[in-house]
Amino acid sequence: MSLLKVDNLAVEFRSDKKKIQPISGVSFEMDAGEVLGVVGETGSGKSLTAHAIMGLTALSGGKASGSVQLDNKELLTLSSEEMQTIRGARISFIPQNPMTSLDPVYRVGDQIVEGLRKHSTIDKKEAKHQALDIMGKLRIPDPARVYSQYPHQLSGGLKQRIVIAIGLVTNPQMLIADEPTTALDVTVQAQIMNLFKDQTVARGIGLLLITHDLGVVAQVCDRIAVMYAGNVVEYGKVRAVFEEPKHPYTQALLACIPVMGMEKGSLSSISGNVPSAENYPPGCRYHTRCASVMSKCREQKPAMVIMNNGTGSACHKY
Amino acid sequence: MWIYVLRRTLLLIPIFFVISIVVFSLIHAVPGDPIDSLLGPGSLAEDRDILVKAYGLDKPLPVQYYLWISAFVSGDMGQSIIEKQPVSDMIFYNIPFTLRLGLASLFISFTLGILIGIISASARNTIIDYIGMIIALLGVTVPAFWLGLILMLIFSVMLGWFPVSGSGSWQTLVLPAITVGLGGAGLIARITRASMLEMFNQEFILLLYAKGLSQYSIIVKHVFRNALIPVITILGLRLGWILGGAVTIEIVFSRPGIGNMLLTALYRRDYPVVQASLLFLTMAVIIGAFITDIIYSYADPRVRDTYK
Amino acid sequence: MNQNDGIADKYPSPGTVILKRLSANKMGIIGTILILTLILTATFAPLLEPYSFKEQNIENMNAPPSESHLLGTDEFGRDLLSRIIRGARISFVVGVLSVAISVIAGVTIGAIAGFYGGMIDVVLTTMADLTWSMPAILIALLLVAIIGPGLESVVLAIGFSYWAEYARLIRGQILSLKEATFIEATRSLGASDYVILFKHLIPNSISPIIVAATLGIGNAIVLEATLGFLGMGAQPPTPSWGAMMSSGTAYLFISPWVIIFPGLAMMITVLGFNLFGDALIDVLDVKNNEAKT
Repeated sequence: MSLLKVDNLAVEFRSDKKKIQPISGVSFEMDAGEVLGVVGETGSGKSLTAHAIMGLTALSGGKASGSVQLDNKELLTLSSEEMQTIRGARISFIPQNPMTSLDPVYRVGDQIVEGLRKHSTIDKKEAKHQALDIMGKLRIPDPARVYSQYPHQLSGGLKQRIVIAIGLVTNPQMLIADEPTTALDVTVQAQIMNLFKDQTVARGIGLLLITHDLGVVAQVCDRIAVMYAGNVVEYGKVRAVFEEPKHPYTQALLACIPVMGMEKGSLSSISGNVPSAENYPPGCRYHTRCASVMSKCREQKPAMVIMNNGTGSACHKY
Repeated sequence: MWIYVLRRTLLLIPIFFVISIVVFSLIHAVPGDPIDSLLGPGSLAEDRDILVKAYGLDKPLPVQYYLWISAFVSGDMGQSIIEKQPVSDMIFYNIPFTLRLGLASLFISFTLGILIGIISASARNTIIDYIGMIIALLGVTVPAFWLGLILMLIFSVMLGWFPVSGSGSWQTLVLPAITVGLGGAGLIARITRASMLEMFNQEFILLLYAKGLSQYSIIVKHVFRNALIPVITILGLRLGWILGGAVTIEIVFSRPGIGNMLLTALYRRDYPVVQASLLFLTMAVIIGAFITDIIYSYADPRVRDTYK
Repeated sequence: MNQNDGIADKYPSPGTVILKRLSANKMGIIGTILILTLILTATFAPLLEPYSFKEQNIENMNAPPSESHLLGTDEFGRDLLSRIIRGARISFVVGVLSVAISVIAGVTIGAIAGFYGGMIDVVLTTMADLTWSMPAILIALLLVAIIGPGLESVVLAIGFSYWAEYARLIRGQILSLKEATFIEATRSLGASDYVILFKHLIPNSISPIIVAATLGIGNAIVLEATLGFLGMGAQPPTPSWGAMMSSGTAYLFISPWVIIFPGLAMMITVLGFNLFGDALIDVLDVKNNEAKT
């Protein structure tokens, strides 16, 4: 029984009398204790998907439709007050850039405690104790000292751990991490990703990891959903997808990764650009860049077809 | 941080002296002298000479300056040539009135301005926002003395709610304080609104929503708290503006105060009074800016470390 | 036919862009209309005024608004409407001239301070900071007292009360642009300091100055009226709005219109400049002290 079930999720924006749907038909599932990687280039709609799950599309003027179920409870129909009790308590969000995600005028310890006290009835002392506890578990050195510091006094890696602490301190059922390592050094990246994996396993929570880094996905994720131009084009267990990618886009992505020992020559890339939400091509959205494009691709949108290895792929080849 | 405060406080001393020189030079560049006011037109040359010598106005300027400033720092601000009172008496009599007006105006500017700013920002682009910004615009556009006269017309003359002039009771403070306060309120409202709107775009807001905090909590505890920082900065820089407004309003409402005293003395070329009042007012502005600076570094933790 | 032909056709000139944006800004249009009204009134004052602004008629003093005198008369029986129309001329001239002085003085000083840095910068900036934090009314009062009352002194006094703001603005701009690559390039081509300063740095920093100057005209007009109100401005019978309100104070209870109408005229004028200035901020993309050129 899955922890998170997303079915036919779409988000619509209206601007200047125009309606655009940057993401549509997005479906995937995630179990407790599992790491699901949502992969795609910039503009594929991964962050928007995360915001939709969190119920935050209204912030930028969008409207979500479809179904998002957490533990069998439908989230999209909840009122904003009800959603407030879920956000931060049952679903935690780790934003992309730790440098700018913390309020500069409050001490970091207080920021960890803030969410905790909002979602529970524990007193100040106990809250501080729990905050220090999680800081220790995240291997933040000298937690008591860091607790009273301000964000600008901490390094990027430390800030990211604080942001993770904020996410974990309320013992959520699920974590969404939006490109958690993009803004960090490579060495720090590895540490943080390991931290994630450890905590997820230790607490049995589900982690929705948004990233464009296939290397990270290979290391940490159990399942992967590949997104392109607002649609999920391939979805399945990581090993299966990586060993036998079915969708041309996934194949092209994997081919782009330079491998040690490969022949010298030009790097492989996918020609063209990701279309913007206002200009999604008709039919299959990838057809303009696809190496195996057929005439059917220009007219009809492919449906997700489940293969024999359990992977789902949305392509007319199958 | 305390080293910073100490350093800035010590800096006030040379600033004080520089200003005193500037003030002194400017006053003495003004043509005419107090003797003319004392004696009136058509006075005899000999009488003039006697008085000029008596008041030491024939000594070279640098000597006059030195005599004045050395007495000043030991507490003797000289004698008013016209009123024949110690200047320090006059100043200390008038300071409380101006202080009260200044503080009341500041209070109105701040509370009204911030309130309108927050409400406008939260209800952005709705009718409430437009009304708030129109009020703020009026506050900035309307000339203070005219507003004072109009308020006087409506509330004192026509409605009789408040006295027209004078001092003593709190009622006399209301109209003048509102007059000066509205101008500041307009400025603060506009800056608060702009600052808050910019804050809404900051990335840390996203995490606040993700934490599941209530809208109220986010706006008041976080957005506003951050938006306050530029407001404090501007306030410190604009203190002089508010004080200047107080000066004119004292005239309009015939209120005693440093401004009124200064203006009267200026007309009559009463040097000691003008010098002392100008010096006081200027130092008040500078000290005000200094205090604002300290409040600012308290409000923005990022600034504190620069001064370690 | 060189390779640049055709490109100019595709991209509109900056002037066109600015005009287009301005016309989309509703508040800006209102502001522009108000300013144009002021300019027209000031220019064509003698043609517009129903009576001569000097014409006294003691029998008709302090008359309320009526058909013959749309806005009433003052304590000498002079037609208020005519005097207000004349006053527009004074306000406009004083406003523009004093701001011109402020801008020229301020920009020169600030540019030199920012460009050369070092001791020059420290001295000039301290002067500017001290002037800037002083209430303009006090500075102006003092200067007028020194030079003597009258319109010329008012213009000079206001000009010198406000220079510091422009100095600070341009200094900030120049400090950030000084190290820009295009300046380095110009320098390496052998341009003199003068050329760099006046042909490159200043023109690129002009946007916030323009905005400040527009708003500054409004401030200057108010300051002129305040000085006039305190008796330090234009002398009778010159119909400065401030002086009109000053002499009208004595009759506040009897004939308040002598104070109300000049004040309204002033308010509308200043409103025009403020709205226009605000619109310029959006149009020229000026944020606080930064300008995107």
